[in-house]
Amino acid sequence: MSVKDYIRERFFPHIWCAGCGHGTVLNSMLRAIEDLGISKNEIVITSGIGCSSRIAGYADFHTFHTLHGRALAFATGVKMSAPELNLIVPMGDGDALAIGGNHFIHAARRNIDITALVMNNRIYGMTGGQLSPLSGCGTKGTTAPYTNIDNSFDTVELSIAAGASFVARTTTYHVKQITDLIKQAILHEGFSVVEILSQCPTYFGRKNNLGSAVDMLESFKKNTTPVGSNAKEKKPALIERGIFVQEERPEYCSEYEKIIEKAMGAGH
Amino acid sequence: MNEDIRFVQGNEACVEGALYAGLEFFAGYPITPATEISEHLSRRLPQIGGKFLQMEDEIASMCAIIGASLTGHKVMTATSGPGFSLKQEALGYAIMAEIPCVIVNVQRGGPSTGNPTHVSQGDVNQARWGTHGDHAIITLTASNHQDVFAMTVEAFNMAEIYRTPVILLFDEAIGHMRERLVIPGKGELPVVERLRTALKLGVDYHPYLPREDGRLPMSDFGGIHRYNVTGLFHDMWGFPSDKPQLVHDLTRHLIDKIQNRVHKLARFKEYYMEDARTVLISYGSAARSALHLVEERRTRGERLGLLELQTLWPFPTGLVRGRCAMARRVIVVEMNMGQILREVQIAVEDPEKVFLANRIDGELIMPPDIKKVLRLVWGKGV
Repeated sequence: MSVKDYIRERFFPHIWCAGCGHGTVLNSMLRAIEDLGISKNEIVITSGIGCSSRIAGYADFHTFHTLHGRALAFATGVKMSAPELNLIVPMGDGDALAIGGNHFIHAARRNIDITALVMNNRIYGMTGGQLSPLSGCGTKGTTAPYTNIDNSFDTVELSIAAGASFVARTTTYHVKQITDLIKQAILHEGFSVVEILSQCPTYFGRKNNLGSAVDMLESFKKNTTPVGSNAKEKKPALIERGIFVQEERPEYCSEYEKIIEKAMGAGH
Repeated sequence: MNEDIRFVQGNEACVEGALYAGLEFFAGYPITPATEISEHLSRRLPQIGGKFLQMEDEIASMCAIIGASLTGHKVMTATSGPGFSLKQEALGYAIMAEIPCVIVNVQRGGPSTGNPTHVSQGDVNQARWGTHGDHAIITLTASNHQDVFAMTVEAFNMAEIYRTPVILLFDEAIGHMRERLVIPGKGELPVVERLRTALKLGVDYHPYLPREDGRLPMSDFGGIHRYNVTGLFHDMWGFPSDKPQLVHDLTRHLIDKIQNRVHKLARFKEYYMEDARTVLISYGSAARSALHLVEERRTRGERLGLLELQTLWPFPTGLVRGRCAMARRVIVVEMNMGQILREVQIAVEDPEKVFLANRIDGELIMPPDIKKVLRLVWGKGV
C-alpha cells in the first residue's frame, strides 16, 4: 500500500494554502497508520472545525467532522461505545485549547484511549488570522493589531498537568518524527497528545514577518531541540521535541469494563 | 398475575421507557430537575452491559451521545433549561448529520438559572427553534408516568425511523411526582431497531441517499462502509458541498421528512370531545388539572372537552383545527405566556375564540386557575 491508498481523491483538491504545514501532518499520520498495519475500518478520525479539521474528510477511514472545539467529546462517545476502534483526533490550537479547552483537559484526566493531535500554527487560519491561545505575547493577528498581550498555554505542560499518559511534541520540519510519535501515540493505551508545530505562512507568517513557508520550517529546525539535550541548558528559549511523558496508567474504557462486571455481579 | 408495577418518579418512568426501547448509551451532566435520570441510569446501564458517562459539561454529553449513536447504539441525554440551551449547537449537528438520538428536557422556570426546583413549560418554542438555521424537529410530552414511559419508547422509535434527534419535553411536576407505573411486557409496545444497510463490501454505500420509502439505512462506524459525517451541507456520500441545488434539496429533505408526516407523528388523547362546546387544549402536567376540571364540570352537564397533545412538534395543526371546528371557545392551558396558544390561534378558523389559562409563577396550574378564565370567557358564574 502507498499513502495514496489512504486518500479519498474524490475530496481533492484540498483547501489548504500553498506552504501550509497541515498536509505534512496528514501525510505523516497516514504513514504512521500504514506502518502499524491497522485496518482502515478500525480507525475513526474525529475532527472539529478549522483548517486542521479538514484532515478528516481527506482520509479513507470512518471520518467524523464535528463541531468547533468538541471533537474530543464526540470522540469520547465513539470510543466508549466501541472501545475496539482506534480514535485519532486532529485539532487546531484554537479548536483544542480555546473553545475546546474543557474537553481537552477532561479527556486527559479520564485517560481515555484517544490520540489527540494538536496541529499548532498559532493562529485561526480558516477565519483569516485571528490570535489564538497559542499565538504568544508580542505576536500580531487580525484581532491583535497592536500586538497580543495574551499569555500562551504550553500544550505539553497543560497535557501533563491534566493527566495525559503520553505527551509528545514535534514540528512539520521533523517529518519522520511526526510519524514515529503518532505511531507510539496510537499504540499507547491511554490519552495521548502529540503537539505538532505547523506553519501558517498565509496568516501567522505574514502578520509576524516570518518569511516564506521554507523560512518558517527553517525556524522550526533552528528553534527546537530534542528533549533533555544539552542545547536546552545553554539556550533555554529552545523548544523541546520528543516524548515528555509515556506511562502506563488505568485506561478509562478498561476501567469501565470493571464497572460493568461489578454491576452485573451486584444485580442479583 | 406477574405484572411489574412500580411506584416511581416521572424521571424513573422515563428511564424505564428508555431501557425498554433499547437504550445502551447515556451521557449527561447533573442538573435539577433532571438529575434522577442520570442517577438511575448510572446504576442500570452497566447492569446490562451499557455505558453511562458523566461528562464535563452539557455540551460534551450531547456530543458524546451523537458519537455513540454512530457506532450503532441507541442513545439518550437528559437535562433542563440551562443545559438544553447549551446543547442546541450539537442538537443542530444531529439534525444536519441525521443521527438518531433522544434528548430529555425536564422543564424548569427560565430564562437563565430561573426557577430550578419549580415547574414550567417555558421551553416549548426553544424545543422547536432553539438551534440555528431552518429545520424541523420532533418533540413529545406526557402528563402521567404511564405516558412518560410510552412516549419515551415512541421517541426512540421515531429517532430511528426518521434518523433525527427527538426531544422529550417533560416538566418538573411530572419528573418529580411519584405515581404508579406498570412496566409493559416485552413486545407489548413496538420497538423499532436501527435500519442498517444490506450493501456488501465493495458496493458504494451512500449514507445520505434516502430509499424509496424515505428511510436512510445506516452503517455503523467500525463496519465495512467508511463514509464522512459532517455538519456542513453535504452530498449523498457525506462530503461537504455548497452547491446551491444541493443546499436547497438537503434543507427541504430535513424539513419535509418531518413536516410532511404531521399526521403520522401526532400523538394525543381526547376526553369528552364528541359534543364539547368548550375545548381545553393542554399537555404535560397542566393537562392533569385541565382533565380534573373537565370531569368535574361534566357532572354538572356542562359540555367541556379536553384535547391533550403529546406531540408538540411538528404541531398537529390539522388535528387541532378539526377538533375545534364545533367549539364555541377554545382554552389553551399551559404554564408559559402562550407558546402553544399561538399555534392554536393559527390552526383554528376563528382565532378570536381562543383564550389562554396559564400560570407563570413556578406553581402548578390548578383547576381553580382554569375556572377563573372560564368565568371570564363564559361571562357567568361558573
